[in-house]
Amino acid sequence: MIMIRLENVEKHFAGHPVVHPLSLKIEEGEFLTLLGPSGCGKTTILRMIAGFEHPTSGVITLDNEDMTYLPPNKRDLNLVFQHYALFPHMTVEQNIQFGLKMKKLPVKEQRERIDEAVRLTQLSALTKRYPHQLSGGQQQRVAIARAIANKPKVLLLDEPLGALDLQLRKNLQTELKQLQRSLGITFIYVTHDQEEAMMMSDRIVIMNNGRIEQIGTPKVIYERPETLFAATFVGENNIFHTEDRLYAVRPEKIRVHHEVTADHQSGIIHDIVYLGNIHKLIIQLDEEQSFVTSVLDFTDQRTWEIGQSVGVYWAPQDEVTVGR
Amino acid sequence: MNKRWFGILSPVVLWLCFFMMVPMIAVVGVSFLSRDTVGNLVWTFNISNYTRFFDPLYLGIYWDTIWLSVLTTLLCLLLSYPLAYYITTAGPRTQKWMLIGVTVPFWINFLIRTYAWVLILRTQGLVNMGLEQLGMISEPMQLLYTKGAVLLGMVYTFIPYMVLPIYVSLEQMDKRQLEAASDLGASRWSAFWRVTLPQTKSGIMTGGVLVFVTTTGMFVITDILGGAKSQMLSNIIQNQFLSARDWPFGAALSVIFMISSLIIIWLFNRALRSKYESAKEARA
Repeated sequence: MIMIRLENVEKHFAGHPVVHPLSLKIEEGEFLTLLGPSGCGKTTILRMIAGFEHPTSGVITLDNEDMTYLPPNKRDLNLVFQHYALFPHMTVEQNIQFGLKMKKLPVKEQRERIDEAVRLTQLSALTKRYPHQLSGGQQQRVAIARAIANKPKVLLLDEPLGALDLQLRKNLQTELKQLQRSLGITFIYVTHDQEEAMMMSDRIVIMNNGRIEQIGTPKVIYERPETLFAATFVGENNIFHTEDRLYAVRPEKIRVHHEVTADHQSGIIHDIVYLGNIHKLIIQLDEEQSFVTSVLDFTDQRTWEIGQSVGVYWAPQDEVTVGR
Repeated sequence: MNKRWFGILSPVVLWLCFFMMVPMIAVVGVSFLSRDTVGNLVWTFNISNYTRFFDPLYLGIYWDTIWLSVLTTLLCLLLSYPLAYYITTAGPRTQKWMLIGVTVPFWINFLIRTYAWVLILRTQGLVNMGLEQLGMISEPMQLLYTKGAVLLGMVYTFIPYMVLPIYVSLEQMDKRQLEAASDLGASRWSAFWRVTLPQTKSGIMTGGVLVFVTTTGMFVITDILGGAKSQMLSNIIQNQFLSARDWPFGAALSVIFMISSLIIIWLFNRALRSKYESAKEARA
C-alpha cells in the first residue's frame, strides 16, 4: 500500500526553483531516505510533507487523502527536528505528553503511551528531567519519543543525528533502524551522510539541485548508479571518459598487478593510504591524465611502493555507464 | 587578612553598604524619632509615626496607590506583550528600528512628556477640542486631574520598561519550538499559551517588578496629571519631607511602603515561578 504520494510536486522560493517537479511514492512501513548535499531540496520536501511549506504546484497525499494544503497540526504524521526543538520548560514526560494532550486522549491512555515511548527510547530513568539536564543523545531520544508517542502514520526525521558525535551517531543509527522495524511505521529520513543512508534505508532517493538523481535500494544505488552524481556521491568511484560514454568503476573492482603487460592499462603508484582493514593505492595512469584508486583488503599481502610501475585491470562487467 | 574579610571589604559590598544600607538604616532610624514644632528631629523613641498610618485617610490613599500600581502593571503588560511579540516577528533591521522607537521617549525630558499630556487632556486640549469639532460632545469633559489621567500617564511612561524585558525573553526563545508544537497538533493559540507564554515568564516578572515599583514611587505624574484630588502615597511622603517637615512620619510611611512592596513582589514572584525556573537556576 502506498502511504505517501507526491505528484509533480514543485517548490519555488521567491520565484527561484528549489524543488523541480518530481513524483515519488512511499510504501507503508518503508524506511526511505532522502540523500543529498545541503541545498539539494531534501529538507524542503520533508517540510512540505510535514506541512510547514506548501508546494508551488503538485499534490501530496497521505494514505490516499489529499493533504497538500492541510496545516501541520491536522496531519497524522510527526517530525523529528534536526535541533530537537524540545520544550525547555517541560520535563521529558511533559514533552512527550504534549502531543497526546493536543489529541485530547484520555489520561489513562496518555500515561500508557508515555510509558511505552520512554521504554522504547530507553528514557525511563529520565522522565522527570528537563531537557537542559540531558546530553545531546538523550535529548534526541526525547525528540523521537515525543514523536512516536503519537503513533503517527509516518515519522519524518530531518537529519536527526547531525549534531551528535560519530560514536553516538552510530549507536543511534542502529537503534533507530530497530525502532522502525519494531514499530512498523513508515520513516522518511533526511540526511547528507551517505553511509548513514546506506546502513539504514530500504530505499534511497538521491537528490541534487532540486531533482531526483536516482531512486533505489542501497545495493542498486551502490552497484548500479545511473548518473555521474549518484556514482560519486555514494561511496568512492573511478570515473572514466571515452568518446561515446562516461563510466564508473568502484575502487574494489580495480585490480593491480606487479607485472605490466601490454593488454592492460599501466600506471605508477602515486600514494598509498593505509586504513587498517583496507589499504588504498592511488595510481597515476600512463595513458590517461587521471588517477585511479584501488582498494585492497587485508588478504592482500603483496608489497607496494610509491613510484612503482604497476599493471591496472578491471573486468568489463564492472564498468557502470553513468552518462555520455 | 584572610579571604573572608577581603570578601566583606570588596568594592561591591562597600558600594552596597554606602548607597543602599546606610540610607535605609537612616530612614528606618528616623521613622522612630519625633520632631519639634518647627520640624527639627528630636531624639526620643516614638512609635506613633506608625500608628498614625492606620488613620482611614492614609489607609485609603495606601489602597489607592497599590490599586493604581497593580492596574498600571497589568495594563502595561496587556499593551506591551503584543507589541514585543510583533517586534520579534520582524526582520533584524526592522526590529532594531522598532526597538529604537520604543526607547525614543527616554530621550525627551520626562517632565516635558508629562506636560504634553496636560495639553492633550485639559478642557481646551486636543481631545476635547477635537471631539467638539466633530460634534460628539457639546461641552468639554473633565479629563485632566482625574485618576484616569494619572493611570494614562503612568501606563504611557512605563510601557518601555515592560516591552524591553518581554522582548528579550521572547527573543531568546527558539522559534522552532512553535513548529514542533504545531507538528504535535497544537493550534497557534495553544502553542502560544503552552509554549511561548511560559517561557517568557521571566520577562513578564522583570517588567512587572520594574513597572510596579516605579509606579508606586512616582509622585510627579500624580502631581501634574492628577491634581490635588488624586494623591498617592508617594505624594504624601514627599509632602512630609518637604512641606510638612515631618520627617519621622514620612520615614515611617516609606518603611511601611517598602515592606509592603517587597511582600507584593515576593507574592508575584512565587505566583509566576515554576519548577523549571528553579531547575534552571540550580544549574547556573
